[in-house]
Amino acid sequence: MIRLLLLIRRELKLAFRGGTDAAMAVVFFILAATLFPFGIGPDIEVLPRIGGGVIWVVALLASMLSLERMFSADYEDGSLEQFVLSPLPMGMVALAKMISHWLTTGVLLLAAAPVLAVFYNLPSTAFVPLIVSMLLGTPTLSLIGAIGAALTLGARRSGVLISLLVLPLYIPVLIFGSLVVDSALAGREYGSLLMVLGGFLLVALATAPWATAAALRQAID
Amino acid sequence: MQGLTVKGLDCVRGERLVFAGVALAVNPGRALLLSGANGSGKSSLLRILAGLLQPAAGTLAWEGEDIATDSEAHRRRIAYVGHADPVKPGLTVCENLEFWARLYGFEPGIEPALYQFGIEHLADLPARYLSAGQRRRLTLARLAAGQNSPAGPPLWLLDEPAAGLDPDAVAMLANSILAHLANEGVAVIASHGGRLDEALDGHTSRLVLQDDAP
Repeated sequence: MIRLLLLIRRELKLAFRGGTDAAMAVVFFILAATLFPFGIGPDIEVLPRIGGGVIWVVALLASMLSLERMFSADYEDGSLEQFVLSPLPMGMVALAKMISHWLTTGVLLLAAAPVLAVFYNLPSTAFVPLIVSMLLGTPTLSLIGAIGAALTLGARRSGVLISLLVLPLYIPVLIFGSLVVDSALAGREYGSLLMVLGGFLLVALATAPWATAAALRQAID
Repeated sequence: MQGLTVKGLDCVRGERLVFAGVALAVNPGRALLLSGANGSGKSSLLRILAGLLQPAAGTLAWEGEDIATDSEAHRRRIAYVGHADPVKPGLTVCENLEFWARLYGFEPGIEPALYQFGIEHLADLPARYLSAGQRRRLTLARLAAGQNSPAGPPLWLLDEPAAGLDPDAVAMLANSILAHLANEGVAVIASHGGRLDEALDGHTSRLVLQDDAP
C-alpha cells in the first residue's frame, strides 16, 4: 500500500511539474464543449436537451488525450522494466497509473463540468446527477483507457490505435452517463442508472489493472 | 559455492535464434563479463537472467534451486541496470533516487549512495539538467543504495554500465562492484572491455557470445 501511494505521489509530482497533459485535457474539454452552441445555434430550448450528452462526449475525448503518455515515458526510459522487478506487483503499478490519470484529468474535468452545465443552461436539478455520474464514470474511462495504452505501447501511431481500441468500450459509460442527466431533466428516477455506472466502475476496477499488467509485461518482452 | 547456474539456454527473438546452448556458472564473490559483437545476445541474456524475457529453452538456478519455482523470490534478489536510465527529468536527483530506493526498500542507503557516485552536490537539481554521464551515475547510485541497505539484492545484472561514464565514475562503479563481490555478491556484466574490465581483473571470468549461433 505504501509503495502504491509512493508511485501515485511520483506520478502527481510529474504531472503537475510537467503540467501540459493535465491542463491540455481540461482546456480541450472546455473549448470543445464551447464549440457546439456555435455549430447548432444558441437555442435556449435545445442546449439543455443536448448539454448532458455533449459534456459526456467531450469529457470522454478529453480523458483520452493523455492516455498515450500514460506508460510511454516509463517504457522508453526503462522504468517499466524496473517496475517489473520491484516488489510492487504490476497490477498495482497499473492501478497507481490509472488512479494518477484520473486524479490529473478526471478530477479536473469534474471541476470544470459545472461551468459547462451553466453554459448549456442546464437546470440546477441536473447539476448533482451530472457530477455524480461523472464521478462514477470518469474513473472507468481511466481504467479502460489504461488497457488500450498498455496494449499499444511501442506501436507506431499508438494514439490512433488507442482510440480505435478504447472508444467502443467507452460507449456503455457514455450511454448511461448521458441517460442520468436526461432522466434528471425529465424528472425521472436515475438512481438505478447511477448504480449501473457504479457497476461498470467495480468491474473495471477488478479487471483492468490485471489486464493492463499483462499487456505491459507483453510490451517489455 | 553455487551462486548462479545456467544450462542449455536458447534465446529466440522474432524468428531469429540469437544464441543456443549457453551455459554459465558464477560463484558468490565473482563476476562474469559478457562480451560479443553487437546483436550477439548480451542484453537478451541479461534480460533472461532478470526474468524480463522468457528463454526458448534451458534452466536457470540460484543456489542450486530452479528460478522458475519461485520467480517472485528471484526478482527480489536482482538489481538490473539496462541501457536506458530510469530517470525522470521532472524530479530532482534526490527525488529520483529516493523513489527507486523506497520502492525497493533501500531507504537507509540513499544519502551514502549519492556520495558513492559523486553526485551529492547535484541532489536538489532537477534531473533534466543532468548530462548523460550524470544520469548514468544516478542510475548506478541505485545499486549503491541497495548495497548500503540490508535489503540489498545479491545478484547484479549490468548492461554496459560504464557507457558514458568518465574515468572517475568508472572507478567509482568498479569500487561498488568490488565491494559487492567482497560481500559474496554475484555480478553479470555486459561489457566491451576497457577500464571497468581492467579494474575488476582477478575477480572475473568471461563469456564470449558468438554472433552465429549453431
